[in-house]
Parts: sequence; structure tokens; C-alpha cells
Amino acid sequence: MATQTTASSEFYRQLGRMYGAYTGTFIAFVLLLALLERFGVPNRILGYLFVFFTLAVYAFIGIMTRTAQISEYYVAGRRVPALYNGMATGADWMSAASFVAMAGSLFLQGYDGIAWVLGWTGGFVLVSILVGPYLRKFGAYTVPDFMAFRFGGTFARFLAVIVLVCCSFTYVTAQVYGTGIIASRFLGMPFEIAVFVGLSGILLCSMLGGMRAVTWTQIAQYIVLIIAYLTPIVILSTMHYGIPIPELTYGHAIAEITAREGQLVAQNLATLCTEQSCPPGSLKPHIEPFLTWSPLNFFGIILCMMVGTASLPHILMRYFTTPTVREARQSVAWSLFFIFLLYFSAPAYAAFSKLEVYTNIIGRDLDDLRPWLFTWGELGLIKICGQNAANLDAVLAACKAVAGHPGVVRFADFAINTDVIVLSTPEIAGLPYVISGLVAAGGLAAALSTADGLLLAIANALSHDIYYNMIQKLEQRSRTITTALIAITVVGSIFLFLTGPSPVYGIPWRWLLLSVLAVMAAVVWPFWGRANDIAKRLIVARVLLLLVAVAAASTASTRPSDILAMVGWAFSLAMAGNFPALVMGIWWKKTTTAGAIAGMIAGFGLCLFYLLVTRYFPGFGVKYAGMTSLLNPATGVPVTDVAKAMALPNAMEMFPTLTHPLANKVGWFNLNNISCGLLGMPLGFLVIYVVSLFTKAPTAEMQAFVDEIRKPRGRTVLEEKTS
Amino acid sequence: MREIIRRDRARLIRGGYATMIESQEQAHWDKTTRLMFTHLGVWFFFGFIIHMFVYVLNKVTIPVLGFPLGFYMAAQGSLIVFVVQLFLFAKQQDKIDREFGFAEDDA
Repeated sequence: MATQTTASSEFYRQLGRMYGAYTGTFIAFVLLLALLERFGVPNRILGYLFVFFTLAVYAFIGIMTRTAQISEYYVAGRRVPALYNGMATGADWMSAASFVAMAGSLFLQGYDGIAWVLGWTGGFVLVSILVGPYLRKFGAYTVPDFMAFRFGGTFARFLAVIVLVCCSFTYVTAQVYGTGIIASRFLGMPFEIAVFVGLSGILLCSMLGGMRAVTWTQIAQYIVLIIAYLTPIVILSTMHYGIPIPELTYGHAIAEITAREGQLVAQNLATLCTEQSCPPGSLKPHIEPFLTWSPLNFFGIILCMMVGTASLPHILMRYFTTPTVREARQSVAWSLFFIFLLYFSAPAYAAFSKLEVYTNIIGRDLDDLRPWLFTWGELGLIKICGQNAANLDAVLAACKAVAGHPGVVRFADFAINTDVIVLSTPEIAGLPYVISGLVAAGGLAAALSTADGLLLAIANALSHDIYYNMIQKLEQRSRTITTALIAITVVGSIFLFLTGPSPVYGIPWRWLLLSVLAVMAAVVWPFWGRANDIAKRLIVARVLLLLVAVAAASTASTRPSDILAMVGWAFSLAMAGNFPALVMGIWWKKTTTAGAIAGMIAGFGLCLFYLLVTRYFPGFGVKYAGMTSLLNPATGVPVTDVAKAMALPNAMEMFPTLTHPLANKVGWFNLNNISCGLLGMPLGFLVIYVVSLFTKAPTAEMQAFVDEIRKPRGRTVLEEKTS
Repeated sequence: MREIIRRDRARLIRGGYATMIESQEQAHWDKTTRLMFTHLGVWFFFGFIIHMFVYVLNKVTIPVLGFPLGFYMAAQGSLIVFVVQLFLFAKQQDKIDREFGFAEDDA
């Protein structure tokens, strides 16, 4: 005992020294680049140095922490201290959407955008008090492990894997897409190539070491992303208000914004969005609530994001890695603290940017525009008078074409992409390019770390749950048949769905993927015959990881139009499918197998139905499911004329584009489809409760196991069962 | 040791006795449940209820900082409550576990 104590505290101190040295080196590296910039090294080179240096460090950690042990691969050996697991979870959690897009949403939506901030933080309370520590005591490798054990085996496991893959795959595709966007913007390479550069970065981190490698790289990525996020606004706040704490000073910015909004309306430069009329392009006051989301949708988003947090497998599995149940709880608290550091700063970004736009762009003469916006106009991310603001002449020409334009930028003339808010802040503040590069490196770290966690969650479910626990347990004959069937389905769907040309010499995707598969088979074959069972499990895990990664990158490189909405959908789907079964399984001993399975199918099914119908089959929803138009949150007027749209020839079109008059614009109870979990989760709870009442109570043995996971003391339940 | 306790308990349950451990478990779980509902209440209040009064709260401006109170609670106030609440919860639950002897040994 005593030796163990000194060993673990020695380990802890060593970690502190290592990451301390790492942080110091990173800061020194940034200062070195700042010096190089002084000496006239071009921006392009600085961008490359930033991206490749950080990628090299992550890859180095990934390779150093490679492992050949099952428990190291799946749960990092269960010895990650609470504080460090908290940092890793922070990076796992904060994606490109949090880092780049969230401040943009706050800029555009004002108060209503805070729904995302609240929703993506409060969920950790649920993780800690309802789910996480109990799963840690249970001792699972994956979330489906728990479902299978508690709810009678293979079928529950299979359902849980379906839920996991549905929510994680859409999410990981969005992350790979984010990596591509950031890499292409700062390295100037084509998007499709950038996606695969990002992909190689992701794979180098996770391939060899699984959860162990992902954990130690995520900590390194957290350090980069938090330094990158906070540096620009800390400097900005110090310059403007003399206090280096932007979270305290942006209150004054908000007061100035509110005053300026009044002026703009008084000078006829903007029309105000009110309950009487709120046309597109009207000004929504920054602190005025419920102009973008109706109260139901505002609170719906908050609840769905919170409960989704407590149901997403890639988050829950991070708490499987702590040494004890006690540390799992502390670790949730640390996670939220590290996430909080970024989330309570995001509104400051939005406020400072908005103040700059409202004072130095809107209401200014056209020839008086600030030069920073042309950088982003060139990329098509800022438009003035409906055209890309590439340079002054372009802006003048565009506005001249608008009838009766006063020569002053009006509110409705200006359009900005949400990604610009964070990325442009260093330039707005007049900071050197090295800070912009730092921000890009931070965004990349955020996207990579989340993609790593998600990929691992999917690949682990496939290798551990499907391969090891389902296929390998079959008899030889049916095992061969099942494997063959799965292989045929996978290869077949690659052929059916991948039609486009790839970025690599225009070779069609389907042939490229097929040759990758063939090469992989050739590489794995000689090892396979000689491998023992443990080695086989790890080979399968790595091959599947690679396959899922390639599938995600291929999907991302086609730039699916729903990519941002998909992140929101992932939360609702996880919430409807997992949350009721997890909570009831832990907190109500009488929950039966039949009840849980029925509840998962009903809840997940309803949520998926609502999503698919409102987005992809809206005509059918109106005709057969009694759906009506959503309402404008400010005025309460329907957003689309359903009767007129149904009379159009394309009313019943399937898989319509977003411009279709009904797509995403119909529903029940004026509920936006991002919040479909609000329908699915209560149904799930109800079905589990009712069906459990009418089926035979779980065995005394099962009830004793539930007792066991409620007490931190003792070995994990799974360990006892298998040893 | 644990194995023996479990075997004994299984035998006693079969025999229909309420044992010391059984009632200990029950008391531990009752306290845990109460703590869970308390924290769920705090979470619900700061996650939802308080933001329903945003119009009223926005009429108040925080002195010196200049934030409207309703906006501040959503952007920062509730978040701070969640963070503090989680550290507190970890501590309180650990205390309950220790009280009934169900906590893990200190490393």
C-alpha cells in the first residue's frame, strides 16, 4: 500500500513537471515565431510552422504512448488523475464549433445564443450526479458494455451501438470538416487535401495507443487551445479598459453596444426587430431575449444539449479512465472548470467584435472602412451590399448598384460569417500575425482532440462490442457467415453511395477506398495468422479505427450541407436513445430488460422520425403527420405558407435542399428539430416505466449488482464477473 | 473478505433476513438520493427557472461592471454556480460514502 502511494504521487508530480515544461516550450515557441516575424519571415511560413510544430508534438506523444495492452488501449489503464482527466475531457468536449463558431452565434443571436453556452456546460452536473461515477464503478470499456450487462445481453448491446454510431458519426464528420476548413484557410491548400492532412494528424494520435494516447495528447491540445483562445481577448481588454480580465470588462462593451443600437435606429441606418415586424436584416438588440428562438425552443436547446452531454458516449467514456470512483466525480468538476474558462470568455469575443462593427463599420462612409475586413471579404466571409468585400473598389461598385444607397454602410448592408468573429479578433486589435497563427493552432487543436475522442468511441464500440462481444462469441460457422455478410454490406454500400471523384488525381472515391482496403488486408494478413487473441483484438480495433476515420473524411470532403445542424442532432439523438435507459438502469432496480429495450427503441425512434421527416420528407409530415409551419419567434407569424407550398409541384419532394419551402420549416408544437430529444426522452422514460411494471422484475442477482455499482468501494463489477 | 460478506448476504437474502448490511445500503442510498435531488433542484433553478425572469432581471444593472443582470446570469452566473456545485457535490457524496464505510481506500 505504502509503496503504491509513493508510486502514484511520484507519477502525479512527474506529470506536472512534464506538462509544465511542455507549456513553457510552447510559449517559448510562440515568442520565437514573434521574433521571426519581426525579422520579416512571411506569414505563410509562420502559419506552416505553427500547424506542423503542433501536429508533430501531438504525433510524438501519440507514438510514445503506444500500447499492446487491452486495458491501456480501451481505458488508459484506469490511472489518469482527476485534474488531468478533466483537462483531457475539456479538449475532448470543446470542438471546432465551440472554439470558432460559438462566439459567432453569440454575435449574431445576442442573448438567444447563450442557449449554447448554458446547454454545453450544465450537462456536466447531470454527468456527475446521475451517470458517470456509477459507470466507472461498473467498470465498462464502452457504454454499450453497461447496456448489455444490465439489460440482458446482445440485443441491448446492439441497440446501444446503433445509437452510439448514429450520434458520433455525424459529430465526427463535422470535426473533420472543421479541421479541413482551418487547415485550408491558414495553409492555403485545397479543402479536400486539408481534410486528409487533418486526418493523418488525428490517426497519428490515436492509432497506436488508443485511449492512452488520446488522453495524453488531449491534455497537450487543451493547453494549446486555451492559451490560443484567451490571449487575444486578454490583450484587447487590457488595451481598451486597462484590466486583463475580459470577462469583467465586456459589460461596458455591452452597455456601449446598446447605446449604439439606439443611435443606429434613430439615424435610420437600421430597422429594429420588434413583435410587430422582424424582417430578415433587421437589428436584434444584443441583450433582448427570444428574438431568434421562441422560449420553448430556447429552453429546449438548453435541455437537449445538457442531457445530450450526459448521454454522449465519447464524454462518458473519459470517466472510465480515472483510478477511483471518487476521482471520477472530482474529474467531472475539473472538466467543467476547464471548459468554463473558454465558455465564459466566448460572450466577450462576441461583444468586442460587435462593438467594433457597430462603431467602425456601420454608419461609416464607404471610403472610411477599416482594412481588416478586406482580408476576410476576399475569402467571401464578409459581404457588404451583397458582394464579397474583397477591396475598397469592390465595395464601392457593389453599393453603387444598390438603388438609393446613401454612401454610408447601413446595418442591412453588412453580412459576416460566424467563423470570422474569433479568427479576426487579433487583426481588429491590431496584433501581429503570430497571434492569428496561434488562434489557428488553437482551433486545430480543438477540432483534432474532439475528432480523436469520437473516432475512438466509434471504433471501440465496433471492435469491443460488435467484434469481440458479438461476432467472436459465435460458433465458427456462423462467425464466418456473419463476417462475410458484414464485409459484403460495407463494401457494397461504399460502391453504391460513393460516386464522386476524389481529390487524388481524380480517381473515383470507390476505387480509392477499395484499394486502401486491399492494401490493409495485405498488411494485416501475415500478422493475423500468428497473432494471439489479445493481439487480434488490438489489430481489429486499429483497422476499424482507420476505416471509420477514412469514412468520416470521405463524407466531410463532400461538404454535406447539413453539417452544422448535425452536431445539434447528435445531442438530441444521444439524449433520446441513451439517457432514459442509463438513468433508469442505475436509479431504479426494477427496470427490466424488456422495458429498457422498448424505451430505447421508442425514444430514439421518435426523435429520429421527427428529424428525418421535418428535414428530408417535410411534405409527408404535413400530409400524414399533421405538421404545421414553425412560427417566427419575434412576431409569431408562420415562417412558411404551408397551404401554398403544398400546392407546388415539388411539395412531396424527398431529400430536398434547404431552399425548399418546407424543409426544416414544419413541425409539431412549433418545436425546432434540433430539440427533437424533447419528444423522444420523455417517451423513453414513460415506456421504460410502464413496460417494466408489466414485466417480471429483474433477478435478485441483477438487483444485487445494481447495489454493487452504487457503492464506490470494492472491485469493479465487470472484473468480479469475469475473474 | 468482501467475497465472504457477499456470500453471507446472498444466503441471508435467500433466507429472508434483513441484515445489517442491507439496512446500511438502504440508508446510504437514501442519503445519496436526497443529495441527488438537492443538486438536481439547484441545476434546474440555475439552468432554467432563473432565465424565465430575464425581462425583470435585465432591468437591474450590476454596479461597476455594467452588465444587465439577466444577461449576466445566463452568460456567467449560472456557469459559476455549476462549477462550484460540482466540486461541492464531489465532496458531499464522498462524505456520505465514508460515513457508511462504502468509500474507497485513500491512495
